[in-house]
Amino acid sequence: MQYQNIFTTTQAVGPLHHGVELGHGNSPRTGEPVIQYWLGRIGNAQLGPIYLGGLGIASIMCGLMAFVTIGFNMLASVNWNPIQFVRQLFWLALEPPAPGYGLSIPPMNQGGWWLVAGFFLTASLFLWWARMYRRAKELGLGMHVPWAFAAAIWLYLVLGLFRPVLMGSWGEAVPFGIFPHLDWTAAFSLRYGNLFYNPFHALSIVFLYGATLLFAMHGATILAVGRYGGEREIDQIVDRGTASERAGLFWRWTMGFNATMESIHRWAWWFAVLCPLVGGIGILLTGTVVDNWYLWAVKHGVAPPYPNVFPEVIDPATLSGGKP
Amino acid sequence: MKALIKLLSLTVAAVALLSGCEPPPTLTVQHGYRGTGMVQVYRPSAVDAKAEENVLPASLPPVSSDGPKASQAYQNVQVLGNLSVNEFNRLMIAMTSWVSPNEGGCVYCHNPANLAEDSKYTKVVARRMIQMTRHINADWKTHVAETGVTCYTCHRGNPVPQNVWFKEAEQDKGADFIGDRAGQNLAAKSVGLASLPSDPFTPYLLGSLDIRVNGTTALPSGNRHSIKQAEWTYGLMTHMSSSLGVNCTYCHNTQSFSSWKNSPPQRATAWYGIRMARDLNTAYMEPLTGVFPEHRLGPTRDVAKANCTTCHQGAYKPLNGQSMLKDHPELAGPGEAEKPALVAAK
Repeated sequence: MQYQNIFTTTQAVGPLHHGVELGHGNSPRTGEPVIQYWLGRIGNAQLGPIYLGGLGIASIMCGLMAFVTIGFNMLASVNWNPIQFVRQLFWLALEPPAPGYGLSIPPMNQGGWWLVAGFFLTASLFLWWARMYRRAKELGLGMHVPWAFAAAIWLYLVLGLFRPVLMGSWGEAVPFGIFPHLDWTAAFSLRYGNLFYNPFHALSIVFLYGATLLFAMHGATILAVGRYGGEREIDQIVDRGTASERAGLFWRWTMGFNATMESIHRWAWWFAVLCPLVGGIGILLTGTVVDNWYLWAVKHGVAPPYPNVFPEVIDPATLSGGKP
Repeated sequence: MKALIKLLSLTVAAVALLSGCEPPPTLTVQHGYRGTGMVQVYRPSAVDAKAEENVLPASLPPVSSDGPKASQAYQNVQVLGNLSVNEFNRLMIAMTSWVSPNEGGCVYCHNPANLAEDSKYTKVVARRMIQMTRHINADWKTHVAETGVTCYTCHRGNPVPQNVWFKEAEQDKGADFIGDRAGQNLAAKSVGLASLPSDPFTPYLLGSLDIRVNGTTALPSGNRHSIKQAEWTYGLMTHMSSSLGVNCTYCHNTQSFSSWKNSPPQRATAWYGIRMARDLNTAYMEPLTGVFPEHRLGPTRDVAKANCTTCHQGAYKPLNGQSMLKDHPELAGPGEAEKPALVAAK
């Protein structure tokens, strides 16, 4: 029963430790570890120590610079009124320069701050990625986590750097703000003739929903065989026990095919990574290679023709001579 | 006891979570091809409320057109002079009840010592508004059809229609060094509380900037409209949608917002509506700026202007499509054909 709860009911807590000795060139870890019971309910009860290192500190500094630049622009945009800042926080944003500035450096208040924030945010992400890479190497891991993170950074760079540069205007990039970036997303689809006809967008959605489906299937399977020790997945890869057998049989019987303890993680990793990879390709093609995805889809027989149910409507702008 | 507290807190949480929702039922009515999402969404309670808001005021009984003309009986009659005195007075009484029912009657516009003189700004404006009404009914049938409009369509018993727009005041940016909003990114009522550009009226319903941002070819062929421009168009369209109380699909086929093929015919009516609002704002409202006293002007000292909400007020057709014009044929025309309406050349 202890595996069928929302929270972990049995907490296995060992003696506190800082971890293995680190080799030459590493900084010491920061912070004294503590045991937190409530953290133990959702994960490991030990909090800390953390490895900061030069890359970590530089990344946090750059991230803070971006965060503060965006935040102060938002605060200034409501005339430094803290109440309005909280009330309208989800609506506020730091906008990229107007399209008229092209790729030049605009005045600070006409998008210059956006470039500053974007520079520091990008630097922060790269530094954090390098830190992830280094930590993975130090721990003797494969590079799966850094490369997965790189896939997300790819989509970020396409939206904020690669595509605006190809289009010749910073104004094509995304604003920093909660609702404004969502409105931007809708406007992006409206401007380029319905993004749902972009096949890479479609693929990206397949991988997005596919990843969540796989995650749900896998999480459910492992929890369900937890009573047979199924949560010890790595053991089960090399020494397949009854948990693995039952998990595999369940899927074989319900859908004919089953993944293995190892391959299910490849499935999940690739689905997750392909979501931003193909999504980024779709964004990069939009405006640069394809201007109207609906018309593109009509041209290539992707958009289904529907019967006309309305009386024929003529674009009034094409009529001449008539009274407006 | 513990179970009771649990149940109680769960109930409170559920109520709090649902308190932001609109009460059921919600109905969808299909009006396009099946399976394409071409539906209108209605809440019966909101539809009923709209019906109550849009009950027509009682019409005055018709009067004889015989007898002396208003222009002969009265002085300084610049419009409607060809009506009989009875007809003229019937309209005056109707206008008072439509526009200024609680403002003292005739004296809201007229100097009681001399009804003919133009000393009150309200009289000058009212005369111009009569001309505007006749212009709409005669020259903008593409939008108002035979239903037409009267003063009541916009005024509804208010001296200034409740839904007018002004240009926005310049953003207060302190040192002008940080915090430029670029005309958007506040919860703006004008665009349905979105963070879209909050004044899409100045560029499109006063100016005639491009509303169309879509390319007409699959591959790039010189269409340089930006995503930011699309946001302004999106703002205008959101205003239209909330003004009429309809979804996007009332006028557009969402398969392709720009394609006219497969668009509902309402889209063409709306196209003329945009041009009509632009015409009224530039040809009638703006030239009246100097006539209005200070307290009627906006934050940038501009005149009140019309957008879709001014007439529609949440209904797909103003007053749910009921015509008051048929009881007031004197407002049907003539128009001002000599002044061609402004239409964007395309």
